[in-house]
Amino acid sequence: MVERYLRQSPLAHLGLDGRAQAVRGESGVAMSEQPFRGIVNLRVQPDDSEAMAALESALGFALPVEPNTTAASATALAFWLGPDEWWIVTPGPEPESGPNMAVTLRTALTDRRGAVTDVSDSRTCIRISGPRARDLLCKGMPLDLHPRVFPSGCCAQSHLAKTGVVLHLIAEDGPTFELYVLRSFAEYLWLWLEDAAREYGLTITSS
Amino acid sequence: MSQRYRLPDGGRIDRTAPLNFRFNGTALRGYVGDTLASALLSNGIHLVGRSFKYHRPRGIFSAGAEEPNALVQLGTGARSDPNMHATQVELIEGLKARSQNCWPSVDFDISAINDRLSRFMPSGFYYKTFMWPAAFWMRYEYIIRHAAGLGTAPTGRDPDYNDKTFAHCDVLVVGAGPAGLAAALSAARTGARVILVEQDAEVGGALLGLAGEKIGGKPALDWVAAARAELVESADVRILTRTTAYGYFDHNFVGLLERLTDHIVDPPAHLPRHRLWKVRAKQVVLATGAIERPLVFRDNDRPGIMLAGACQTYLNRYAVKAGQKAVLFANNDGAYATANDLAAAGVKIAAIVDTRPNPEGPHSERAESAGLPVLAGHAIVGTTGDKRVRQVRIARLNDDGSAITGEAQEVDCDLLAVSGGWNPAVHLLSQARGKIRFDEERGTFVPMQTEQATHVAGACNGSFGLASCLTEGFATGETAAKAAGLSSKSRRKKTPAASNETFLPARWTWLVPSETPLGRGGKHFVDLQSDVTAADLKLAIREGYRSIEHVKRYTTTGMGTDQGKTGNVNAIGIIADTLDRPIAEVGVTTFRPPYTPVTFGAFAGRDVDDLLDPIRKTPMHGWHERAGALFEDVGQWRRPWYYPRAGEDLHKAVAREVAAVRTSLGVVDASTLGKIDIRGKDAATFLNRIYTNAWSKLEIGKCRYGLMLGENGMVMDDGVTARLGEYQFLMTTTTGNAAAVLQHMEEFLQTEWTDLDVQLTSVTEQFATISLAGPNARRLLSEMTHDIELSPNALPHMAFTEGTVASVPARVFRISFTGEMSYEINVPASYGMAVWQAVLTAGERYDITPYGTEAMHVLRAEKGYIIVGQETDGSVTPVDLGMDWVVSKKKDFVGRRSLARPDMLKPDRKQLVGLLTDDPQVVLPEGAQLVERALPNPPMPMIGYVTSSYGSPNLGRSIALALVKGGLARKGETIFAPLADGRVVPCTMTDPVFLDPEGERLRG
Repeated sequence: MVERYLRQSPLAHLGLDGRAQAVRGESGVAMSEQPFRGIVNLRVQPDDSEAMAALESALGFALPVEPNTTAASATALAFWLGPDEWWIVTPGPEPESGPNMAVTLRTALTDRRGAVTDVSDSRTCIRISGPRARDLLCKGMPLDLHPRVFPSGCCAQSHLAKTGVVLHLIAEDGPTFELYVLRSFAEYLWLWLEDAAREYGLTITSS
Repeated sequence: MSQRYRLPDGGRIDRTAPLNFRFNGTALRGYVGDTLASALLSNGIHLVGRSFKYHRPRGIFSAGAEEPNALVQLGTGARSDPNMHATQVELIEGLKARSQNCWPSVDFDISAINDRLSRFMPSGFYYKTFMWPAAFWMRYEYIIRHAAGLGTAPTGRDPDYNDKTFAHCDVLVVGAGPAGLAAALSAARTGARVILVEQDAEVGGALLGLAGEKIGGKPALDWVAAARAELVESADVRILTRTTAYGYFDHNFVGLLERLTDHIVDPPAHLPRHRLWKVRAKQVVLATGAIERPLVFRDNDRPGIMLAGACQTYLNRYAVKAGQKAVLFANNDGAYATANDLAAAGVKIAAIVDTRPNPEGPHSERAESAGLPVLAGHAIVGTTGDKRVRQVRIARLNDDGSAITGEAQEVDCDLLAVSGGWNPAVHLLSQARGKIRFDEERGTFVPMQTEQATHVAGACNGSFGLASCLTEGFATGETAAKAAGLSSKSRRKKTPAASNETFLPARWTWLVPSETPLGRGGKHFVDLQSDVTAADLKLAIREGYRSIEHVKRYTTTGMGTDQGKTGNVNAIGIIADTLDRPIAEVGVTTFRPPYTPVTFGAFAGRDVDDLLDPIRKTPMHGWHERAGALFEDVGQWRRPWYYPRAGEDLHKAVAREVAAVRTSLGVVDASTLGKIDIRGKDAATFLNRIYTNAWSKLEIGKCRYGLMLGENGMVMDDGVTARLGEYQFLMTTTTGNAAAVLQHMEEFLQTEWTDLDVQLTSVTEQFATISLAGPNARRLLSEMTHDIELSPNALPHMAFTEGTVASVPARVFRISFTGEMSYEINVPASYGMAVWQAVLTAGERYDITPYGTEAMHVLRAEKGYIIVGQETDGSVTPVDLGMDWVVSKKKDFVGRRSLARPDMLKPDRKQLVGLLTDDPQVVLPEGAQLVERALPNPPMPMIGYVTSSYGSPNLGRSIALALVKGGLARKGETIFAPLADGRVVPCTMTDPVFLDPEGERLRG
């Protein structure tokens, strides 16, 4: 058992709790860091029906095969990232969350073609919600995020400002987005988002 | 001065909200709703600037974006903007504006002497005069630019911020006049996502400047208000006013510039000043209206000479009389509306001069029945008045309009309204590669064909009547929505009735004759902003220019910031007449973005200062900062460069760090190294093809160094790869190349070797990497782990194992970039800081020394280890580096065939050598050129250059690496480095490994 207190999230040093900046009493956007998710990168051939079935029974749900969609259970969330690539995200924050999922998936995959790689520590997650959340993202993301085009449950790999992200609309109510960013870019992206949100008013919440 | 040209009532200004402003220091007043131009005119001010080349007095010419003359410097200090159109600047309290291009003042401008000398300054004058001696051009250019400057860019830091955003829509409607509003309404009624863009502060377009227009039997502006209200209520409609569609690019990508705070006195800090919209529209409707064309006659540029439609707009929208005594000079019926409106407002109409022998049309008839003095078949042949037009000379035209007959008469006036017809604003259509054609009936270029998903409606389409604008607008909006995939029918409402009068009939006149030959005794201006005259155009043709594009460049017609919005069609007409060719054959010049100027700040947006580019930080970055490290940028990463202690400079700090590694223990944050997880049954085969050396026989738990080549055979990357399992490897790449290497390998997997079972996953950021180096490395590590066997037999050099370090799961690689015994500890990144701190604490007894990239470079140079990107530059092969030992002769790999090219086998290729200065204290500058023999002066044949150079504390002397022609075969020979300061440094070429060539230290 590894000591949890030894872990540090990529945005911990910013002291997010002290950074809220309500403008004119309005808050068009709320942001928080959702650190320590488990993230496992999964590569498998989608036409390998045995592997897909084994993974389905291990996860309790089928991997999404429609581009840019997600599927979920109470304990795991699958993102379609490419024709043979998925992310399996677990809520954490236990340090074993990602590695354990990796073991589960690797066991299911046996020696079939594919790869299971724990990348939990490589990213952090930023949650963005509020009536201006969509406007905020549109400032730096070229995708069309209109509800007709990018409805609740969609995910996409794109760029936001000058960094790559994985975006997930978890609920149209709000709306509430989550985006996953490489940890070395996290500070830049957070500061960029804060700056972009200044015209809307920003609330920063604890995870 | 009171606003004595302001009407007592009417207009869209708010007389209860007066505003104070200053122009050239004079305190003036206007009202909310004014533009700077309308406020100036209300105060009787026409003279606002001096012309570009001749410094002639110039006045407000238009009421919109086409303004060529009234360019002003707005604001002061860092909030100052040059070249602002007074006709588009919204008046605000405290506004300060001043004239440009005049010194000492707009009333008395020394450079106005240029006007007198103009006979000696024809088009091409600068090119012809200042071409010799060629070396002086830079100096000439400086003086010319100074004299012909437009405004002045502010030098201070921008106090505002700008923003950018992406946007998507089904239908983008450009222009919110009657056609644009109608198009937006009908598109919105299908449920389409609509963006409606209007450069003005309010919607309505030309209707805002007209009096008495009716739509559906009610005042036209009532319909405008209702249309706007309906659009505002529509769910997916965005109305952007004060926003210019400045560019229409490929794939229906349209650039918009929104001005959010220019009209606010104290802009709130949280709002951006400008916002650049990058819009992807499924369909675009251009409803950009039309721009009035002036007439080209002698001395047609004096203040007080304005476009007729502009006079009408100032009167109806701003309640300003542009003069007390007006002359109208026109070739079409529509212009009479101006005379009629002016007369109704109490302006004396001194004359209506019409080139048409028989004025016809509804407006002409109204003028005649009102008893206005019409001179049919006449033309203005000259004007007088220095800073304001005072008098016009009017003469009868002959039958074909090519010359005047009889005596000219003089008529006094203080306003001359001119109209030569209307040009559809086809700029965006043309930017989008749409085609236009010359229409003889309407005497102008009209849209013919679109190349993108573009629709055109209203005056922009050559449909000038209000009823046509509405009909076309409603139809086009629905068509566009349908084309965007909206299936539901527009909740069709009946198109409201309106009149359909246009400016026709007209008689086209490109160049109005005068009493003296062209160019004598006065100037016929074609392009007011660039000061180009009809005589200049004819001179260009006499000198042999035929293509409109060449004439444009030679004379600079249409090349000002207004891009010839008012002048271009006249220029084409004059050129066509002179060449005696149809206008359609002469064609038009290219329309280029931006439609109106866009501030650089808008393009920069918030990508400035810390947000200019990401700064990538490792998990231990905060520790390095607290330890006082100085940093260097490696790609986007920020890495510790060295950690100076009190009183230390770079050299002292690096000498200490280097010595610590060789004598006891150093530690470096190597987290930035690229790490790629390679899995699959064919992983070893894949590595065989990607790297130059062989991988199949590498044992599990062992590491190997690899060189990666591009297809051209040149070194692209290097690094150590470990075999974690039968079917799993972990590759490391150089810090700056990680993304490029992954891309390179994915490309081969996805396009060339699709049969291979190999999966690549970047794990660069999954791990923090702490690299221990030095004789005490093993001792420290053994104190921090209880489950890793570290003996040289259990974990020899180039071996790998897993276990825990400081109670954290870790991968430990025994590999070395320093030549010392070295362990690279990889832990999950979120533990990086904790383990780093644990290492530093536990290492105190060994005087553990954190070292930066500079010390790392010295350490590896002592060992002759290359850095890709420093010893290589994309033109260096493994053979050039003396690294044939890592190139397999038995197997194929990327780049192999290129290595056999004849050029690769030449003996005089630049090759890597060590370089020792004869004087051990001299440290060569990196990049120093090397020569066989030093000559007294350059040039001298150069045979190579220094790639790395350091003072080596361990060797007690300087060392360098260099690429030298044929260097591998020349070790022991002396060459020279002639330096910029005049010293010539003799050096001896050696083997690049300066320290411990047997590698005993790193194996220990």
